[in-house]
Amino acid sequence: MSGGVDLFDLAQKEREEQAVYRRTVLCCGSTACLSGGAQATQDAIRDVVAEKGLEQDVRLVATGCMGLCSRGPLVKVRSRGEDDVLYADVDADAGRRIAEQHLAAGQPVEERTLSLEHPFFARQVRVVLENMGEIDPNRIEDYIAHGGYRALRDAVSTMTPAGVIDVVQRSGLRGRGGGGYPAGSKWKLLNEAKSDQKTVIANGDEGDPGAYMDRTVMEDDPHRVLEGMAIAAYATGAIKGYIYVRAEYPVAVRRLEQAIRQAKRHKLLGKNLFGTDFSFDVEIRIGAGAFVCGEETALMASIMGQRGTPVLRPPYPTERGLWGHPSMINNVETLANVPTIMRRGADWFANIGTETSRGTKVFALAGKLENTGLIEVPMGITLREIIEEIGGGVAGAKAFKAAQTGGPSGGCIPLKHIDTPMDYDSLLALGSIMGSGGLIVMDEDVAMPDVARFFMRFCMDESCGKCLPCRAGTYEMYELLDALVTGRGTAATLVRLETLCEVVRTNSLCGLGQTAPNPVLSTLHYFRPEYEALLVPDGAHLAGLPGAHVAAAAESASAFADGSERSA
Amino acid sequence: MAGVNLKIDGVEIEAPVGENLMQAATRAGVRVPGLCQLDGLSVVGACRLCMVEIAGTPRPRPACATPVGESMDVHTDTPRLREHRRVLLEMLFAEGQHICAACVASGACELQNLAAELGVDHVNFTPPPTRLEMDLSHPRFGYDPSRCVLCTRCVRACAEVEGAFTWGVAGRGRETHLVADLGVPWGEAESCTSCGKCVSACPVGALFEKGTSVGERRVTRALVSTLTARRDRESHREVLK
Repeated sequence: MSGGVDLFDLAQKEREEQAVYRRTVLCCGSTACLSGGAQATQDAIRDVVAEKGLEQDVRLVATGCMGLCSRGPLVKVRSRGEDDVLYADVDADAGRRIAEQHLAAGQPVEERTLSLEHPFFARQVRVVLENMGEIDPNRIEDYIAHGGYRALRDAVSTMTPAGVIDVVQRSGLRGRGGGGYPAGSKWKLLNEAKSDQKTVIANGDEGDPGAYMDRTVMEDDPHRVLEGMAIAAYATGAIKGYIYVRAEYPVAVRRLEQAIRQAKRHKLLGKNLFGTDFSFDVEIRIGAGAFVCGEETALMASIMGQRGTPVLRPPYPTERGLWGHPSMINNVETLANVPTIMRRGADWFANIGTETSRGTKVFALAGKLENTGLIEVPMGITLREIIEEIGGGVAGAKAFKAAQTGGPSGGCIPLKHIDTPMDYDSLLALGSIMGSGGLIVMDEDVAMPDVARFFMRFCMDESCGKCLPCRAGTYEMYELLDALVTGRGTAATLVRLETLCEVVRTNSLCGLGQTAPNPVLSTLHYFRPEYEALLVPDGAHLAGLPGAHVAAAAESASAFADGSERSA
Repeated sequence: MAGVNLKIDGVEIEAPVGENLMQAATRAGVRVPGLCQLDGLSVVGACRLCMVEIAGTPRPRPACATPVGESMDVHTDTPRLREHRRVLLEMLFAEGQHICAACVASGACELQNLAAELGVDHVNFTPPPTRLEMDLSHPRFGYDPSRCVLCTRCVRACAEVEGAFTWGVAGRGRETHLVADLGVPWGEAESCTSCGKCVSACPVGALFEKGTSVGERRVTRALVSTLTARRDRESHREVLK
C-alpha cells in the first residue's frame, strides 16, 4: 500500500514474535490490581523466570484489567496447546509458586486457580473490553496483532464518510456517557455542518463516585480510543481531535500520550493517512479536577483555557463548538465501541442487547457483593442476573436492598424491581438512569437518607457556582438532608426538601443541577418510611438552632426588620 | 427585518427575529424579573429568575437567553414560576449577608426591589454566621463579597465594555467569589483602569464607591448599556466572539 503502514505485515511479525514463546504470563497491571500489589507479583515471577533461565520460554506481559478486581492481582497463564489457566489473589509468594510449579514444571497451582467458566466471566459479552487482559497496552504492535487499526484502514480506504455513518446508525449505538443520544445521529449532524475546522472530542472526564470504566479503557486499551476517534473524524470531516482526561488519571494520560506517539510513528495519525487525503491529529487536554467539566459545554470551555462552567444550549456543539467551530463530543466508551462495530458489522452489534438499547454496557460493579470489578454485559440483562450470577450475590449473607445507578445524577432500584432489564428506557422508567456505568449495590444495613446525603454532598462540592439554583440549592438540600439524618428534621424539613428538589431540577442551567435531586427523589419514592422515621416533632429542633428568621421586608424597600443588630 | 408573531401573557406581539423573550416582553409591557441580565452585556442566563413557561416545552426557559419564535405562547407569571422565583430569591438572600439597613444600595437595589416585587418577606434558610472580609484596597471603590449575588455583570462589563479583564470568578459552589486579576487585592490589580463601570453595573451594593453611606448609592446602571448602544453593536460583538 502506498504511503501507508502495512498493518498485515506488522500484525504478522508481532504474532510470529509472540509465537516463539511456549508460555505467556498475562499479569493484570491495571490500577486496581497494582494497588493490590501486582507489581510485586510481576517482579516475583520475573525473578523466578530469570533464576530458572526460562527467558526464552516464557513471555511476561503486564496487561489490562481482567475485571474481577476484588480478587486481584489476577494472573493468566497461556501455554501452547493447553487451555488458559487463571489465578486469583496472586500475591508475591503465590506468584513465585506459580512460576516455580507452573512455568518451570508445567504443574498448575490448583488451589489458586479460578475457572474461566465462572459466571463472573461466562455471563459477560466483551466488545469494548475485548482486549483487556489480552494485550500489552504499552505496545501498538500488540493492538495491531489483535486486529487493531484494521477498521480505520478499511473505513478510510474503502468507504465513504456517509457509509461509515450508515454503519454506526444501523448498529444502534447510543451515547455511553449517560444521555443515550444515538451516536450515528450526532455524527450525521457534524458531518452536515459546514466548516473546515471541525473537531471531535473524546470525553474522558469520568467522575461518578466508584466508576472507572473509561479510565480502564484509556489506560489498558488506549489505541482503541484513538482508532474510534479517527473513524469518527473520517465520517464527520473533522481535522482535529481532543481527548479530555481528568488530571486524577495520570496513568491514562501517560498511556494515551504514548499511544499517540506510537500511532504517529506508524502513520496511523497525522497527515494523509493510508495514502489518502484524510488527515487527523489528536491532542490531550487534562482537566483540573472539576466534575462539571464532564458536561460538554463546560468541557469545551476548559479545552479553550477558560473557566470550566457550562453555557446555555442551544446552540449545540455541532453548530457552535470549540472556538466557534462545529464540534462533537463522544464519551470514551462510545468511541471504544466503534472499531469493533466497523470490523464485525452493524448487524452483529445490533443483535446484542435490546430493541432500543443495542450492544453492551460496561459497569463498574461495586458495593456489597461477593465479586466486584469491571464487567461488560449485553444490555437488557436483568439487575438480578448481574447481582446474583456475575456478582455472586450480596456479601456476607445479607439481604439486597437497592442498587444505585447513574451516580449523583441517578437513582436507586429497590428489591421489587430487581428483575428490571438494564437498558436506557427501563431504568428511566424507574426514576434512575443508565448513566456512565457506576453500579453500586447496597445491602440491608444501608440507610437510604444517608445515601442521598452522600450524593448531595458530592453535587454541592462539584457545583460550579454559575447558576443560582444549583449553587445555593445543592447546599440547602444538603443542609436539610443533614438535619434529617442527624435527628434535627421535622415534617416541614421534608416538605422543604421536596420543594427544593423541584426548584433545582426545573431551573438549573446544566445537567449537573437538573439531575442533582435525583438520588433524593428516587430514595424518597421507594423508601419514604425511612425518611419519616427520622422526623422529630415540630419545635424539638429549636433548642440551640436558629429557625426561620426575617431578612427582608416586602412592603417597603427600606423597612427591613432586624438589619441593624446583625450589621457588620 | 423578518418578524415573528407570539403571545406573551396573552398579549399578541410582533418581534424581530433574533430578539429574545425578555426584550419582547418588555415591549409588550410585561416585566420579567431578572438579575444577571443587563442590556449591552452578553447573556449568561445564570440567575434563573427570568424563567418563563413556553407552551409545548417541558421545562421553563430563561427569557433572557431564549430567542422569540413564531406562534410561541409564553407565560411569565404562573403560580409555579412565582413559587420558584420566591424560593430562588430566598436562597440568594441566605447565601450572603444582605442587611439593607446598613447598605449603600438600599433604595437603589435590584435585589431589594425583587424581594418587594415577589413578596419575599421571610428567608427560610440560614445565612452564614460571619461576614466575609471586604476588599477596600482600591483608592476609589470597595468590594463587599457578602453582598455579591454572583450575577457577573461586573466581570462582563470589565471584559466586554472596558476591555480590561480585571474581574474574574474563582472557587466553585458556595465558595464561588470574584477575584481581581489573579486573586490580588483590587487596589493592586494592574489591569484595573479605575473606570468604575463594574460599580455602575452592580445590581446590589457589593461594588460601591468609597465615601457613600447607607442609601446614598446613585443608580448609574444605564452607563454600560448606553456605552454599548453607542458603539457599533455588530462589529463589537464580532470581536468578542
